[in-house]
Amino acid sequence: MIAEPAAPPPANCPRRRHATMEALASALREPWTLLCLLLLAGFLFVAFFAGMVAGDPLAINPAQRLKPPSAQFPWGTDHLGRDVFARAMHGTRMSLAVGASVALLSAIPGVAIGIFAAMSRLGGALVMRIIDAMMAIPAVLLAVALAALLQPGLTTIIIAITIPEIPRMVRLVRAVVLSVRQQPYVDAAIASGTRGPTLVFRHILPNTLAPVIVQGTYAAASAIIAAALLSFLGVGTPPDLPNWGGMMADARRYFQQDPMLMAYPGMLLSVLVLITNILGDRLSDALDPRKSTRKI
Amino acid sequence: MKPGISPLMRVENVSRIFPVGSTLLGGPRHRVRALDRVSLDLRRGETLGLVGESGCGKSTLARLMVALDAPSEGRITFDNAPLSGLPAGELHRRRRQIQMIFQDPYASLNPRMTARASIAEPLANFTGMGRADIEARIEELAAQVGLPPHLLDRFPHELSGGQCQRVGIARAISAGPDVIIADEPVSALDVSIQAQILNLLLEIKRRMGLSMVFVSHDLSVVSHIADRVAVMYLGRIVEIGPTAEIFAQPRHPYTRMLLDAVPHPLPAGRGRKTQAQGELPSPIDPPAGCHFRSRCPHADASLCGATVPPLVTVGEAEIACLRLDEITLERAGV
Repeated sequence: MIAEPAAPPPANCPRRRHATMEALASALREPWTLLCLLLLAGFLFVAFFAGMVAGDPLAINPAQRLKPPSAQFPWGTDHLGRDVFARAMHGTRMSLAVGASVALLSAIPGVAIGIFAAMSRLGGALVMRIIDAMMAIPAVLLAVALAALLQPGLTTIIIAITIPEIPRMVRLVRAVVLSVRQQPYVDAAIASGTRGPTLVFRHILPNTLAPVIVQGTYAAASAIIAAALLSFLGVGTPPDLPNWGGMMADARRYFQQDPMLMAYPGMLLSVLVLITNILGDRLSDALDPRKSTRKI
Repeated sequence: MKPGISPLMRVENVSRIFPVGSTLLGGPRHRVRALDRVSLDLRRGETLGLVGESGCGKSTLARLMVALDAPSEGRITFDNAPLSGLPAGELHRRRRQIQMIFQDPYASLNPRMTARASIAEPLANFTGMGRADIEARIEELAAQVGLPPHLLDRFPHELSGGQCQRVGIARAISAGPDVIIADEPVSALDVSIQAQILNLLLEIKRRMGLSMVFVSHDLSVVSHIADRVAVMYLGRIVEIGPTAEIFAQPRHPYTRMLLDAVPHPLPAGRGRKTQAQGELPSPIDPPAGCHFRSRCPHADASLCGATVPPLVTVGEAEIACLRLDEITLERAGV
């Protein structure tokens, strides 16, 4: 039976080149995923348009110190009379920037080095010893040292958090690639004449990505916490960059007078980290064709 | 073996040694000889059955024959040219001629690729056909292996085991190979599907004029499909010969034991049996001399422990047993 090659596929059996898109679309139909995505969109909107939804986060007004919520200041004011709502909204910007950058910046070299370490016997052993050495350095100490060495600012914080995150990604990718390489379908691909980069990019990498995405979102979530921690410790962030960690550090001294000062940034931090983790899980499920909800 | 006709594939004194465990210094703790100086020929157009218990080296040999792994010692030749140590381009050309069908039909398909994409892979890699030609050829292949065309756009997890194996067969034959190495191609399938797939393999082999190596632990399957059978035990061939002869008159005690273990449908056929004794010894530390002597009812400690039995030609078969004459006499009731 020879089909006409030029004939379009019949409507009842659509070509399934875009299985990933299909899976993502079906994931979107889940209410919890949708809720998390809406929340994330909210955070993104606030991050980009903080100036429109809230007032000036830096304006100091000593006459209005530690005031309870009012029409002018929806979440009250802090010890310098600054607008807590405005500061919390502007702080979203730094958290999202740190989370997204650290996830991407640790995933890209992590995947590249991890695949190399798994595919090359000698080079892999060398790379893994370096990675082991990197893992032996306490992350917070490294961050504090880097913050002291480099210009304080967002870039420094991102670098300081990314460096300890890379070895984790490398180890994960290496372990997953080593197990994927043993799969019969990789042998079958080799026997089918697939070699070199095609083998890696068509057969190994796609089957490695699901855990990488989970690890990436986890890295984003923990980077957001780490950035808050560094600001809480008072390293890295300049005072004119409002952020949740710094807000909580400031609020600590006035905790007995106004505990809500710490609660607002703390809640935002928790919600953002939670939805990041949930979305990571859903995304990795959606990218696994075996878990897609399509009925046969 | 008939003189004058050179075999298509030739396995000569091939060993495959795997390091096991590691010492503190990183060296291997043990070495396992998964294959121990195995020699056999695959003749043009024949189906060679490879049988033995799990762990006897059948699959290792199959992987060596498709160049997914290289022998530690000895060599394998295809059409009188060596298969290992080839430059990349040469190896690529060889791969087209020797294709494999895998044991686990589901796991041997990339979960992220449709059946169509999996079958297209050898075509794109080996033939240099254009996209339209590849599409047409895939439809042809699907019809040949009995896969309904609407299943071509499904992912492996949306197919049954039998359908997956049909995809695997279509992939193996797509670029027009000369040899198919089938590594237990039906052992993961339901019995009802097994017969269909076996008949499909036989039909394809006949139509395409292929030679085939058929690895299996199931003797009834092998007797159905193979022209010749090689019986393996702990990395060595203990008996090799024409299927009819081996099944009618098994000479090696191990072959006899295997055949006695096959359930017989008729009570009349359930005569006296050599009971299978004991377990397969650890391949890390196999018995010296004849590997089978620890389970052999005829073993003579001083004789069988001292020498590795060579393959001796008897009729059309070759048997590796040091006490072959005594056992034959015993059988004849002398």
